[in-house]
Amino acid sequence: MGEHSMLSKLLRSERGSLVFLAILFVIGVGMPLANLLLPASSALHPSTYTLGLVGKYMTYALLAISIDLIWGYCGILSLGHTAFFALGGYAMGMYLMRQIGSRGVYGDPILPDFMVFLSWEKLPWYWHGFDMFWFAALMVLVVPGALAFVFGWLAFRSRVAGVYFSIISQALTYALLLAFFRNEMGFGGNNGLTDFKEILGYDLQARSTRIGLFVVSAIALGLGYVLCRWIVTSRFGRIIAAIRDSEGRTRFIGYRVEHYKLWLFVISGMLAGVAGALYVPQVGIINPGEFAPLNAIEAVVWVAVGGRGTLYGAVVGAVLVNYAKTYFTVAWPEAWLYALGTLFVVVTLFLPKGIVGILQRFRRSES
Amino acid sequence: MKLPKSLAEFTDRSRVFDVVNPAVRSPKLDTSHGTILYLEDITVSFDGFRALNELTLYIHAGELRCIIGANGAGKTTMMDVITGKTRPDSGTAWFGQSIDLLRLSEPDIAQAGIGRKFQKPTVFEQHTVFENLELAMAGDRRAWKMLFARLTPAQRADIDEVLNVIGLTEHRHRQAGALSHGQKQWLEIGMLLMQKPALLLVDEPVAGMTPQETERTAELLLSLAGRHSVVVVEHDMDFVRSIARTVTVLHEGSVLAEGSIEQVQRDPRVVEVYLGEQA
Ligand SMILES: Nc1ncnc2c1ncn2[C@@H]1O[C@H](COP(=O)(O)OP(=O)(O)OP(=O)(O)O)[C@@H](O)[C@H]1O
Ligand SMILES: [Mg+2]
Repeated sequence: MGEHSMLSKLLRSERGSLVFLAILFVIGVGMPLANLLLPASSALHPSTYTLGLVGKYMTYALLAISIDLIWGYCGILSLGHTAFFALGGYAMGMYLMRQIGSRGVYGDPILPDFMVFLSWEKLPWYWHGFDMFWFAALMVLVVPGALAFVFGWLAFRSRVAGVYFSIISQALTYALLLAFFRNEMGFGGNNGLTDFKEILGYDLQARSTRIGLFVVSAIALGLGYVLCRWIVTSRFGRIIAAIRDSEGRTRFIGYRVEHYKLWLFVISGMLAGVAGALYVPQVGIINPGEFAPLNAIEAVVWVAVGGRGTLYGAVVGAVLVNYAKTYFTVAWPEAWLYALGTLFVVVTLFLPKGIVGILQRFRRSES
Repeated sequence: MKLPKSLAEFTDRSRVFDVVNPAVRSPKLDTSHGTILYLEDITVSFDGFRALNELTLYIHAGELRCIIGANGAGKTTMMDVITGKTRPDSGTAWFGQSIDLLRLSEPDIAQAGIGRKFQKPTVFEQHTVFENLELAMAGDRRAWKMLFARLTPAQRADIDEVLNVIGLTEHRHRQAGALSHGQKQWLEIGMLLMQKPALLLVDEPVAGMTPQETERTAELLLSLAGRHSVVVVEHDMDFVRSIARTVTVLHEGSVLAEGSIEQVQRDPRVVEVYLGEQA
């Protein structure tokens, strides 16, 4: 550690981290307990539906952290991060599909319904292994990680950066969107994967399973946060920040900038994959819509609104914007996109450091 | 339609890709013939304009060399070629007898032992003074290793020593962006020292410094010569006079004259194109 400077920096941002982790702990433990112990008539009783909603927000928050890790700390603006999120989701979805077994509409013990419908004779090779949870869990990391590696390797070694990188990352997720729409791809086409029954033998509709998923999401968010915090406070973290501020200079003191960016991007892609994998069993469906470029942009807006380069800001942004979205899409559906756009413009123009930036300013003026 | 460059590379059938070749570990610096840098017939053109024109220049191991020349003479471009930032159209550049600079990337060149201070001070403004030095510190630079890297007491002592040399001990925890122009220049020199390079390229080190600071910089650079080879580009003739043993005059991208400061100043061509302007 770079002596006091580092330590004080760590503590300064660590205060936010401690607050965040404490809140996460309270929610992660308190909400399930309140759901189980308090009577449904109590004002403090969160419904299982609310639990599911918060669980979903937590997976979004994990996605937001993965974006902040590369954008806030290394200046890499990926407008295609939902590609990794959706791939992680599909890996989980494939496992859940295979768990249905002969309980599908067509009752085929091996083939998922949509394959029977397409009169496929046997399972495509890439569906093998997904009946085992450990294999699917591995793929949740490996598939997004591998895509991030190949894509990042091509982009960073040709020194594609800035807005060009953003555009091709957007193209990447769009290409995947089109590919996954096709029935021949073998991922359920337009409808995606749905009608899941069980996960690890537990009924997905059961309250206990939903609580389990909620708790696992909270743990994943906490661990992901700590992992990212550890990365950005290591010397590696100082180097990626140096790359963000002056890439050329970092090269001239002997760092292979491409490697640093690449590994960071792979870690970020895998985190997004985990987020997607936890998202799918909670919402009960994964379809190509998750690849939509618009979703990727939305996720970037969460981070901008919360404040980038703090990690917890990304969480704040993800939760608040999604809460607003949940509200708007019910109360005034056609206005949501305009509200989102306005929010983004306002934040970029007036709040370059996001909501967290306002809080920091208040605290400074107090002391 | 013209293919983007990176795509076109893949369609070039005569090319052997790096991945196919066995990795060439860059060989050790070899200066047994007494010369650390060989630049021969280097030409760089920007849209037809020749910033360097068949430049040939040798730097001896352990020497302190000053390079002077009017604005636009090609001094910075020369450093760009040596450090891999700009690839020349023709010519050769060798670091010692064994390292071909034109085959290496910027980080490889830095790791081989060439450090550079830029004309415009470039420090990492968001990092503290201490962290700037830590980043520049010589050592393993592999990405995964850096996740677990911790400063050893010896490395800490190294940083403390450099902080002392550059006179920024009191400012160690300040953000580099908050330093004065002169302090930034010093910090950048400190970063150069942390890299422990065999060859230091120093582009206009005293621009924006007070006379006292300039004097200290001169002392520092003089103390480095011998153990390191130092190439200094500078406009300030008093400064050059105070440190130079050998001076090279660049003009329109090639060497116009070379020798001791007195010899160079007496050279009529030099007087005409460079010193004349200043008088
Ligand atoms: N990237 C570039 N594109 C086009 N022209 C360039 C580029 N870099 C340098 N030049 C031109 O090449 C010439 C040499 O520039 P260079 O920066 O090497 O000069 P210099 O000797 O360092 O001058 P100064 O004393 O002003 O720093 C100048 O005429 C400059 O305009
Ligand atoms: Mg110059």
